[in-house]
Amino acid sequence: MATLGHAVDTAAERRMLLLGVRLFILSEVMLFGAFFTAYFVLRAQAPAWPPLPDLERPELPLVGFNTLLLLSSSVTMQWAVTRIGRGDAAGFKRGLLATLMLGTVFLAIQGYEFASNGFGISDGVFGSTFYTLTSFHGAHVLGGLLLMGVLANRARLGLVTREHHTAVEGVSYYWHFVDVVWVVLFLTVYVL
Amino acid sequence: MATTALSPRAGAYPRSRVYEWLTTTDHKKIGIMYITSAYIFFLIGGLMALAIRTELAAPGTQFLNPDIFNQAFTMHGTTMVFFFVMPMLAGFANYIVPLQIGAADMAFPRINALSFWIIPVSALLLFSSFGLGGAAAGGWTSYTPLSEAKYAGIGQDFWLAGLLLNGVSSILGAINILATIFKLRAPGLTMLRLPIFVWTVLVTSVLLIFAVPVLASGLVMLFIDRNYGGAFFDPAAGGDTVLWQHVFWFFGHPEVYILILPAFGIISEVLPVFSRKPLFGYKAFVLATVSIGVLGFGVWAHHMFTTGAVFLPFFSITTFLISVPTGVKMFNWIATMWRGKLRFTTAMLFAVGFLASFLIGGLDGAFSASTPIDFALQDTYWIVSHLHYVLFGGSAFGIMAATYYWFPKMTGRFLDERLGKVQFVIMFVGAHLTFFPMHLLGISGMPRRIQDYAPNVGWQDLNLLATIGSYLIGFGTLVLLWNMFVALRGPRTAGDDPWDANTLEWATTSPPPSYNFDRLPEIRSERPLFDLKHGGAGHAPALPSGEGSQR
Repeated sequence: MATLGHAVDTAAERRMLLLGVRLFILSEVMLFGAFFTAYFVLRAQAPAWPPLPDLERPELPLVGFNTLLLLSSSVTMQWAVTRIGRGDAAGFKRGLLATLMLGTVFLAIQGYEFASNGFGISDGVFGSTFYTLTSFHGAHVLGGLLLMGVLANRARLGLVTREHHTAVEGVSYYWHFVDVVWVVLFLTVYVL
Repeated sequence: MATTALSPRAGAYPRSRVYEWLTTTDHKKIGIMYITSAYIFFLIGGLMALAIRTELAAPGTQFLNPDIFNQAFTMHGTTMVFFFVMPMLAGFANYIVPLQIGAADMAFPRINALSFWIIPVSALLLFSSFGLGGAAAGGWTSYTPLSEAKYAGIGQDFWLAGLLLNGVSSILGAINILATIFKLRAPGLTMLRLPIFVWTVLVTSVLLIFAVPVLASGLVMLFIDRNYGGAFFDPAAGGDTVLWQHVFWFFGHPEVYILILPAFGIISEVLPVFSRKPLFGYKAFVLATVSIGVLGFGVWAHHMFTTGAVFLPFFSITTFLISVPTGVKMFNWIATMWRGKLRFTTAMLFAVGFLASFLIGGLDGAFSASTPIDFALQDTYWIVSHLHYVLFGGSAFGIMAATYYWFPKMTGRFLDERLGKVQFVIMFVGAHLTFFPMHLLGISGMPRRIQDYAPNVGWQDLNLLATIGSYLIGFGTLVLLWNMFVALRGPRTAGDDPWDANTLEWATTSPPPSYNFDRLPEIRSERPLFDLKHGGAGHAPALPSGEGSQR
């Protein structure tokens, strides 16, 4: 706070901002936790899953591939954080763009999957829980992409530096969280 | 690039005061805006309460038809919980917490402004439903299936959207408060030297972060059910009606503590100052506050005993258990006053009124924790009585105490003590006259949320009494408004430390400068200002000149 213009993040500033991000993620954990709880409660009460015999669960290979995409986007994001930590602005931009692209492709494939599923959100509890969980996660991916767009623009203007990149770390925390939620979601909604 | 981000020097841009308030990120101005808007919502919610009481004063339909009556009690509850008590306590927390911990502002001032400005927007969304086909009418708990598309109109959607936005504000506010308390404390101010108000706000913020997202999930699921053919709460399509109750009360019970813990904090600031003694059992009080926060997540199903879908012994025991830390606090407060040099200012009167009223509300709660009694009293006026003793006798009295206690700090002016005492007597008598008869009505079987009752069941006199009481509360509110109106036109006579208090907010001017402190006392206990005045402690070295003005 002592410096004007925020060209340099002091250690105290960085800790405070990242604490804010962690607390925000904690509230997100509760949000998804509540959705997952509703999912398990409703699924446990159903005679079979999906409850209606003519519904088919989505095919695994495509979603599995999508899961790999999102997992690798966490790796590229962390790589970008490491690069900027070493003052390598070009490497940071490459990592950020790779993450942006992987996330965008993930959303595109998810959109394709939604369109080719043989059921909708109004097909009983199966449809409601499936689309609520997956599209809520998708909205979080979209939010992450928007944040990265902001970061990319700031990087273009030379505003992201080794001394000033706490925002990058904050976005990376969020992105890893979104990734972890997807892994849980994939294992419970698709595989289990 | 750094230079381009330099803020213009003060005075370079002469701007109107309105613009100043609309764009401010100063925690004190934001706090005052929170408090002012919360008082406006108190008036709106209060008028709805008076309308309800007017209708119930006598059997038959005189004032509100059943449809409007349902909207009135739904919006009364929603307004008082989400737009009066929560923003009011958030406002006091905003104003007082940075001052009490010796900080210049909140951790994230712009997010702080966002949290506040979401409140009027979400209120607009909620209240616009009155003109757009009728407000929500399923009670502030909006139980399914009553709130599903089949039975509830578009007002329910406005309710869901309004509360979702309101929740965003609460979560952002809680994150901000926690980051402020954890990271911006003055040197020497360890966690166990924090003023009790800061502790209660801290635990409240943790509760908000854990509870509000769960409500948000419920709101989203109900919205999907109503608008996109979802089946979460529709048994015909494999859903579960009781699931809504679980989701709602998993939020709703911690919410009760969200509404009362900061009021506990306020009382714990006021009682020691006007008893001329330190708070009795500081550490026990902190421990009790934390225990309430933890236990608060294990009692939600006591709202659902009669569904037959919850494990009664567990939730009964945890409910009895949570009354223990609350009881500890009662003894903390009484022992603080014991043999103290009591000064009965208006703030102190409201604090003592809080003790008496909240005790009754708390004992009501322990009654309902016993399942056989709860089965008999579920959904009767007993419950209405219990929750109003806790929320009006508790939270609202706490808010009144805070108003009288901190008004001089916020404005530099005193509220008139004589008018204050008149207001206290009217409100105290009014509250008990309104809410005590509801115990008896509940025991004799009057259900809550009914618009009319038969003339031959013997509920007439008690209802009339409650209506008279509610008008007294309304009159007391007018006295408060008049008091504020007059005080704000008077001279600034309060001075820095009018109550001879203990905590840091009184170590700066009234009102404080935008950067809060020129210098801070050395902090060696939870009463740094008391130490400075009586313990011979010196000031910490003054900040280098100009340091403060950059903040």
